[in-house]
Parts: sequence; structure tokens; C-alpha cells
Amino acid sequence: MAEDCILETRNLVKEFKGFIAVNDVSLKVRRGHIHALIGPNGAGKTTVFNLLTKFLGPTRGSILFNGQDITAEQSAQIARRGIVRSFQISAVFPHLTVLENVRIALQRKLGTSFHFWRSDKSLNGLNGRAMELLAQVGLESFADMVTVELPYGRKRALEIATTLALEPELMLLDEPTQGMGHEDVDLVKQLIKKVSANRTVLMVEHNMGVVADISDTITVLARGAVLAEGPYAEVSKNPAVIEAYMGTAH
Amino acid sequence: MSRQAIGYGLLLALMLVAPTVVYPVLVMKVLCFALFACAFNLLIGYTGLLSFGHAVFLGTAGYVAGHSIKVWGFPPELGLIFAALAAAALGWLIGSLAIRRSGIYFAMITLALSQMMYFFFLQAPFTGGEDGLQDVPRGKLLGVIDLTDDYNLYYFVLAIFVFAFWLIHRTIHSPFGQVLKAIRENEARAISLGYDVAKYKLLAFVLSAGLAGLAGATKTLVFRFATLTDAHWHTSGEVVLMTLLGGMGTVFGPVVGAATIVTLQNELADKVGSLVTVIMGAIFVVCVLAFRRGIVGELSALYKKMTGSR
Ligand SMILES: Nc1ncnc2c1ncn2[C@@H]1O[C@H](COP(=O)(O)OP(=O)(O)O)[C@@H](O)[C@H]1O
Ligand SMILES: [Mg+2]
Repeated sequence: MAEDCILETRNLVKEFKGFIAVNDVSLKVRRGHIHALIGPNGAGKTTVFNLLTKFLGPTRGSILFNGQDITAEQSAQIARRGIVRSFQISAVFPHLTVLENVRIALQRKLGTSFHFWRSDKSLNGLNGRAMELLAQVGLESFADMVTVELPYGRKRALEIATTLALEPELMLLDEPTQGMGHEDVDLVKQLIKKVSANRTVLMVEHNMGVVADISDTITVLARGAVLAEGPYAEVSKNPAVIEAYMGTAH
Repeated sequence: MSRQAIGYGLLLALMLVAPTVVYPVLVMKVLCFALFACAFNLLIGYTGLLSFGHAVFLGTAGYVAGHSIKVWGFPPELGLIFAALAAAALGWLIGSLAIRRSGIYFAMITLALSQMMYFFFLQAPFTGGEDGLQDVPRGKLLGVIDLTDDYNLYYFVLAIFVFAFWLIHRTIHSPFGQVLKAIRENEARAISLGYDVAKYKLLAFVLSAGLAGLAGATKTLVFRFATLTDAHWHTSGEVVLMTLLGGMGTVFGPVVGAATIVTLQNELADKVGSLVTVIMGAIFVVCVLAFRRGIVGELSALYKKMTGSR
């Protein structure tokens, strides 16, 4: 851990029936950074996230978190270690209220989540903290609304609040601004910047404005392999990167 | 809260006087199936798991209660508890095997395992095979209250039902119930928040199996026999129908569904004979096509609409 790297992958490979979706990816994510993972559609970004969180098992390679090999661990276990992900499509609990969404994340720490004989009023003690988290993403006035009724951009903000509830050391965000209008994009961008203050963020993002503004390091993935890595100014001038993006435009 | 409490109070009062108006054994039958359907609803409605072999728990507990009371001489209350625990244990076994799969695969595994148990019961010496396990004595509750009296038994069955209904209601509205709802709503997200979803599903399955077993054991006491029909896949289908008709994922839907189906079967059996099956099929189709939310679900949606949303 010479350069304080929170997450490292070593020669990560994922094959789907002979098709190589992730090819020999070795990443190093520095603690405290906002690290962006970019690349054309189908490059393998979401698959990398699925490997990191064990929603998929890697074909080869290993994953280290804080220097510890976590390759063999289960998804829920990895989450409890402090790696919490969001999903490319919005990941809320639609028929719970906005407050309940956040509270689900908070309640695990109480250690009563198997107590079927206990009243759910026992969870009300968490409401204060839940409201604080909602306030952080500007959702406090929506607390009692059933989540399915929230506008799309707000759902994504709720997702971030829910993720934050776990106080993750490492947040993985898969296209947090996808499908949003300008204003929402800006809001979420500021939000990510704000919450990254005392944690590390690894995010997949298509919006180059967001990537350029807030990321410290960028890794470009193309056809499953790392094409380039470095700060935005450097990577954006790399001819191979430009070519990869042009390639998909046609 | 208070309006709900008044509603439950009225219902309870109604149930207390019901046997003076309706044949008590019929009401007890309704209560047994209502409990069975409520237990099933805990899985489908609040966890999103479709078990297609739930009759196995009803049937198994029926035999266990019958055998332990008749052959081993257990008092009725102990027989019921023992049978419910046996069903819960079987639920743990079947649940552990099925829970790693989801959707239709989960349903198929539960069906396959329950069919295995069915054929075991058909062959096993202690079940009486096709004839069933006959002449189970009702005995005396706590050695005092004579349960051969239909009215005494009725209030005992009602107490069991109220307790189980309360337990299910509590489970749904507990920290555990919150996690179950989260799993039903978005399993991947629940995992990514650090929940071992398989463990939660398994506990829900065991609870549901145990309560379905309590229903089956109580039924044996009411009818004085345990039958193969209770373990048959038809019965597994029936509980799906009851829950769907009443409204799955609603607290009271399964009760309404069970009452409707049991009463209908009772009324129609003499009049139309085997056409009952066709009528049940038709109800199922109408339910799926027109009343997706079931009777209680549609009514509460209507009520919400009339009083303005929320
Ligand atoms: N479960 C899967 N089975 C087979 N192929 C998959 C699976 N998941 C992803 N892929 C393939 O892997 C490639 C990378 O996908 P993905 O990681 O989703 O790309 P993106 O960079 O757009 O997030 C795509 O070609 C996709 O079709
Ligand atoms: Mg993707």
C-alpha cells in the first residue's frame, strides 16, 4: 500500500461463453479520489462493477480492497466491508416511502433485522438520521412520498442518499446522471463532489462535462481492456481514446 | 390506527357470535384455510416468492398432529405445537433447497419436493394411504376443556387463528418485514446494501411453513382425520387461488379469498358436483383478467380513489 490504494484489480478477466467482456484489467483506485471509468457502450464498464461487487464471478484475476484479497467473498459481504454500489438503472425500492428507502440501509446496523416479533416502530429512532441524509440530497420534503411517484432525477438522488447511509469507504456509481436533464445533471455532479470529501468514488459516466469537472483520474476501457489512464487533460488528447470514441459514433 | 383497531374489534365480535348463526365446523374450516392462505401470502405477497408446493406443509402437519395425538397420546395443544414445528423443520429443508433459485424455478422445485412427500405419504404405513388417518380424538385442552364439543373447539380454533394472524401482521410490520419488502421490491439492491437475502428468504419460508402447518394440524383436530388431499398439489393450487382472489400482499385478502372459496365449494358441491372444478377455474381466469389486485386490493384502491389519493 505504498501509494495508498484502496482498491486494486489484478489481471481481471470475465468471459461469457468464449466472449471476453473484461480483458486483463488491472486498476488502481487511490484513496480519496474520484476515479472515472469511461468507454464506449459495451466496453465492459458495468461488467467490471459486477465483478467488483461479486454480482458476477471473475473468470481469472483478483480483487484487493485495502490490501486484502476479496475475490472469493459474497456480494453482501463485500457491501458490509464498505464497497457499496449503485446500478445503471435506478435502484430504489419503489413501493416503500422515500424515508423507508434510506432507513432500510440504516437499519442493518441495529442488528434487529431478523426480529420478526418486534414492531417496526422500533425503527423510528433512525428517522432523524434518515432525514439528515435526505436533506443532504434535497429530498427532505419528499420523505413521506411513495418512491415510485418521484421524478427520475430525484430517484437517483435518493439512491445516493441510501448508499451514503452505509457510510461506504468506496462508492461505485454506474452512470449516475444517465437520462437526466441539464439541471439534474448539475445537481448530481455537485452532490458527488460533495460526498466524495471523505471517501473514494469510482464511477462510470458518459457525460464528459461531469468527468472533466470532478474526476481526479480516468481509466478508459475499450473492448474490455484498459486503453488509457490518467488525468482528464491527458487522456482526452490520447489519439487511441479519440479513435475509440469516433469508432462507435459510426 | 384507531379506525383499524375498531375494524378488527368489530370483526372479532362477529367471529365470536358466528357459530350461533353458521354451522361451527364450516366456520372452523374457513379459519383453517384462511390461516393457510395468510401463511402463503407472507411468502408471495411480502417476499415475492411463489411456492407451488405449500400443501405439503398443511398435509405433513395434519399427519404429524394426527399421529402424535392418536398413537402417542399427545394432548391436543402439544400435538398442534409439535406439528407446526415439524412443518417448520420441513420448511427449512425444502426452503434451503429451493431458495437459491428464483421465479419459476423456485416454484418448480417446491412443487417437485412436495410431490415427493405426497408419494411418500401415499405409501407410508402410518398415514392410512388413500383412506387417510382416521379417528383422531380431539381430546381435552390443557386436560380441562372438552374439545369434542364443537363450540368449545370453535373458540380454541378462533384463538389459534387470532394469534397466528397477529403474528403474521407483526412479522409484516417488523424490522424483518421491512427487509422482506425491500427484497421483494429490488433484490439486487437489497444485496448491495449488505443483506444476505437468502437467509431472510429462508426465515420467511420457515415461518410460512410453520404457520401453514399450524393450519393443517388444526384442521385435523376439527375433522378428526388427516387426509392425503391436504398434501395434494390441487390444494397447493387452491391456496394460490384464494390468495389471488382475496388480494395478495394485502393483510386481509387471503382471509376473504379463503372464506369465499370454502363457502362456494361447500354450497356448490351438492348442487353441481364435479363442475365445481370448472367454476373454480373460471373464477381464477376472471380474477387474473379483471381483478388483478383481488377483492380486497380492488376495494381499497376504490376507497382511496373516492377519498382522494392517500
Ligand atoms: N451476463 C452477460 N452475459 C453475456 N454477455 C454479457 C453479460 N453482461 C454483459 N455482457 C456483454 O459484455 C459486454 C460488456 O457489457 P457492459 O459491461 O454492460 O458494457 P458497458 O461498458 O456499456 O457497461 C457487452 O458486449 C455485453 O453484451
Ligand atoms: Mg453499462
